[in-house]
Amino acid sequence: MTIDTTPKMTWWNRLSHPGQFVALTRPLILPLALVTGVLFAAGLWYGLFSSPPEKYMGDTVRIMYVHVPTAWLSQFVYATMAVSALGTLVWRHPMADVSMKAAAPLGAAFTAMALFTGSLWGRPTWGTFWEWDGRMTSTLVLLFIYLGIVALWRAFDDQLRAARVVAVFTLVGAVNIPVIKFSVDWWSTLHQPASVFRADGPTMPGEILTPLFVMFFAFTFLFVTLQLVAMHTEVRRRRITTLERRAARGDAR
Amino acid sequence: MTERHVHSLLCLKTFALGVGRGETVLARDIALSVPAGSGLMLRGPNGAGKSTLLLTLAGLLDPLEGSVVIEGYDEDFGPAFHHCGHRNAIRPRLTAIETLEFWCGINGNAALPVAEALDRVGLSRQAKLDAAYLSAGQQRRLALARLLVSARPVWLLDEPTSALDTEGQRLLAGLIDDHLAAGGIVVIASHDDIAVDGLAVLTLESGA
Amino acid sequence: MSGFLSVLSREIRLSLRGGGEILTLVLFFVIVGAVVPFAVGPDKALLARIAPGIVWIAAFLAMLLGLEKLFGPDRADGTLALYRLADIPLSAVVAAKVIAHWLTAALPLILASPALALLLAMDGETFGRTVLSLLLGTPALAGFGAIGAAVTVATRRGGLLAPILIAPLSVPVLIFGVGAISASGGPDQAQAAALLLAALSLMVLVLSPFAAALAIDWGED
Repeated sequence: MTIDTTPKMTWWNRLSHPGQFVALTRPLILPLALVTGVLFAAGLWYGLFSSPPEKYMGDTVRIMYVHVPTAWLSQFVYATMAVSALGTLVWRHPMADVSMKAAAPLGAAFTAMALFTGSLWGRPTWGTFWEWDGRMTSTLVLLFIYLGIVALWRAFDDQLRAARVVAVFTLVGAVNIPVIKFSVDWWSTLHQPASVFRADGPTMPGEILTPLFVMFFAFTFLFVTLQLVAMHTEVRRRRITTLERRAARGDAR
Repeated sequence: MTERHVHSLLCLKTFALGVGRGETVLARDIALSVPAGSGLMLRGPNGAGKSTLLLTLAGLLDPLEGSVVIEGYDEDFGPAFHHCGHRNAIRPRLTAIETLEFWCGINGNAALPVAEALDRVGLSRQAKLDAAYLSAGQQRRLALARLLVSARPVWLLDEPTSALDTEGQRLLAGLIDDHLAAGGIVVIASHDDIAVDGLAVLTLESGA
Repeated sequence: MSGFLSVLSREIRLSLRGGGEILTLVLFFVIVGAVVPFAVGPDKALLARIAPGIVWIAAFLAMLLGLEKLFGPDRADGTLALYRLADIPLSAVVAAKVIAHWLTAALPLILASPALALLLAMDGETFGRTVLSLLLGTPALAGFGAIGAAVTVATRRGGLLAPILIAPLSVPVLIFGVGAISASGGPDQAQAAALLLAALSLMVLVLSPFAAALAIDWGED
């Protein structure tokens, strides 16, 4: 009876090696970029030209085709970061570090876009660019958390050490975000009636839902593409740092 | 002395240990075996990884490969390592006595009473002095007294002679001798010679 | 347990002998509060209305000031590394430090809050609720502060970064803290806010030592 103890090169093992990861996922980038481009072309054409203006909000409803997907991504990217943080802390997966680092600026950008389009939309709808409404406020706090995480990454010289510390903070943030959301909702209903924002939801007609749906996927694919590209860049950046250090040690000898 | 009995079976061993910071490996394939009552002197040029090896032995850095074990040590006695590094971990605004009492409190395993430890390192007159007013050499002596107030079998000393005068170096050698005689283990990284008999020497090459 | 008490008494000693650190903190707290009337005008009715918010902002800022000395000096002189070789877990050390931080950075502010209440034309009942809400909420700020200080302790410019990191996390503390004093929703809402604040403080106090210890353990070398 023999037990084969040699480690098998499973897909998980292969993904955990940075070089293998890049080699495995590089062929995915072009198709992903193409899909993203096609989805954007279709969604924008549908959203800007082919769908009718909404009954009450008129043409401003078209802002929603950007606003809703970015608002969704602002939370989805944080979830990606939190899962990657678990990967760093629990499994010490090397690519989890990279994914966590790549996602932070993307999340900040999507959150900023959601806020920007939200306030553009707010001007005609509410008559003001900024309203301390529950959703806008908690998105703003989320943006601050993203920017803090980006700043924390940059404050470290040693990126491997940074990863575990940032992972702890990311998870602390993940535990706190529901609390923040709840507190902000409590606070905004306390200070003003909740009638500012009419829930959109399922009453929207299909001509509006279709482009929204397409744009939703377009933005999600955009994120996946950018995330992969950013991860590859980060892997290369680390390899350069390692080589530079090795070269410095070689010179010192 | 049951404790001495336990100590006599001790052996600090490393297996194919590779140490370094981040991804940079400084030294690899280190196979140490330091039995109770003996000391090891680490030699090597700057940047060869002496301090890193000591930190790795202490468990303050993760080994890049291989492992560190202390055979014959019961973990119930608490941590096995004292580490005495470049920094003395002495804070102004606390007296020498308070500093030692604090270390005894968090390190446990009280051994020498604080007053005796201060006497041993020659600081009994400065016992109630704010540690900020101690000279560099006196601060180093206070840092060494920290090793005396809590009993731990393995001492890891990183450049312990820095800032010590000749009398201080004799004192250090005496402390190490006593610790070895009691069945302890000492690993020292130093460029100076320390007057202790029977220290094995391990030389780390630069950029291995 | 004796290790825990050793850390606690060391921290408190260091603060008390800190050459007026606590006094500086209290002065900062009172001055931040006292500067507000110059900015918004001496209208007593307005001041009384916004007083709870001012007191909380002043306390929040004052507690951020003391963060740098939570782990920074310990890292600089090598004590932080030795904590990891101590006979008590690092999280116990951090817990003792959080408690000491609260005792030396939050309690003095609460004791000084009558001065601000007077300056800001608070009535007696509001003042009582203010003290209660500070007592309930500042432990959460101390806990978040420890997390912020721990994740930035190994960085080069931690001092400025920690407040930026923990300010967004502290939003619920400010909301419920002020809500517990002056909820415009009536006494029911104020009580709910006070309870939520207490729950938040408990949660943060329990979790922050572990999170901070993890961050220190992995950020150090």
